Amino acid sequence: MTDWQPTASLKNLRRRAQLLADMRAFFAAREVLEVDTPVLSNAGVTDVNLTNIRTHDGGFLQTSPEYAMKRLLAAGIGDCYQLGHVFRQDESGARHNAEFTLLEWYRLGWDDTQLMDEVAQLCREVSGQPELPVERLSYREAFTRTGLPDPHRADLTALRAAAHQHLAADSHDWQRDDCLDALMVLVVEPALPAEQLTFITHYPASQAALAQFETEGDVTLARRFEAYWGGLELANGYFELTDAEEQQRRFVEDQQRRNAQGLPEAEMDRRLLAAMHSGLPDCAGVALGVDRLLMRILGEDHIAAVLPFDRERA
Amino acid sequence: MASYSTNEFRAGLKVMLEGDPCTIVDNEFVKPGKGQAFNRVKLKNLKTGRTWERTFKSGESVESADVLDIDMEYLYEDGEFWHFMKTDGSFEQLPADASAVGDTKDWLKEQETYVVCLYNGDPISVTPPNHIELEVVETDPGLKGDTATGGSKPATLSTGAVVRVPLFLNQGEKIRVDTRTREYISRAKAD
Repeated sequence: MTDWQPTASLKNLRRRAQLLADMRAFFAAREVLEVDTPVLSNAGVTDVNLTNIRTHDGGFLQTSPEYAMKRLLAAGIGDCYQLGHVFRQDESGARHNAEFTLLEWYRLGWDDTQLMDEVAQLCREVSGQPELPVERLSYREAFTRTGLPDPHRADLTALRAAAHQHLAADSHDWQRDDCLDALMVLVVEPALPAEQLTFITHYPASQAALAQFETEGDVTLARRFEAYWGGLELANGYFELTDAEEQQRRFVEDQQRRNAQGLPEAEMDRRLLAAMHSGLPDCAGVALGVDRLLMRILGEDHIAAVLPFDRERA
Repeated sequence: MASYSTNEFRAGLKVMLEGDPCTIVDNEFVKPGKGQAFNRVKLKNLKTGRTWERTFKSGESVESADVLDIDMEYLYEDGEFWHFMKTDGSFEQLPADASAVGDTKDWLKEQETYVVCLYNGDPISVTPPNHIELEVVETDPGLKGDTATGGSKPATLSTGAVVRVPLFLNQGEKIRVDTRTREYISRAKAD
């Protein structure tokens, strides 16, 4: 029999519709403008750990609306959000679907701490759990609390040993961020308290992505945060980098890492750089996985249970 | 030797790990939104039967294992080896040692068909059918008419296995047993 039926129950799909409506109402009440940027673009990402799905005419399906939204911010659009589909090649599993729904928003003149408060408000409001507890934890605390080495100060040998010990990984040739990522997703995340939102803050500089740096003594940290509900990663946010020169430097660094790892070359988005040269206002931004939030609201363990049709049945 | 990349991992795939052939039992893809992807993999060591968990960076690869499951009929034991014969008409015989036979020796019955796992052509494990019919060779005398009280007693079967059976069963009767749980299912149907 051809599997034409939805992977989600109709009950879950009705809850999904309610969630999307509630998110729009949340932003309407705060006078944040909905924008609707293209999912098909002429540029992709340089990020070593993300792969755009390409189209035959040379286009890139977007992995997030970040670059387009930042161009709108540079053009003066003001506070804005986008609720739409994004695409990431080769991501498939209980918590991953190559096409998924992302809610991304930007707040002008805010920093990451203010935006974390709003992420918590949104999650509490749209989940119907106004009392959902919230905790903030630095990346370092998250590691040491779980009995892992200090992620900023431990040397590579110690991190490889921790990955080997906790994950039975053949980690002898892993790089620093490989070890940190593995320990984060497979040791720290599963140990996060189940029924609360946990914000993890102050990431290592090597994992800044598009966040600003900050120094703490002799350690450089990133003003980046992640939101978890239980052990499920929901959102990733930044006190946004606005310096075009620094942005270009990070793009070049990505390209060099791609080269070193034998990954396909990726051109940098010149229109984003031009917009940042023209002037990106100070802002904080965050992207939240809508399907995953719905999984938590409904208590589902597999993303297919909240999607009309998962990638296999689409 | 062929190898498999993590994106080819799926349940049932046979790979080499630390020099031993293994079968993949479960493969979970995990990835932080910004960061490296990993595969958390459960594997069963086909030699020892032990389950291992391993973490791979997505994109890493492992060597494939030259492993084949075939049906074979059990023939006899010679004190050192248990001998099996292929059922494909070739009548080819292969000896399996104690580590390959393992706990399955409790369920070895002549002329019964078993799944034998061959690694580089040699048996490394033997799996019995889920249900097997065996004779009770030793047990306390049956309690007449007691078919409902639900009590049980130990019984030794023709293969040497000991299982719990209902009180009404007698020596010499044939019973059906679940080899996975070692539980009595029913009396065997009369031949």
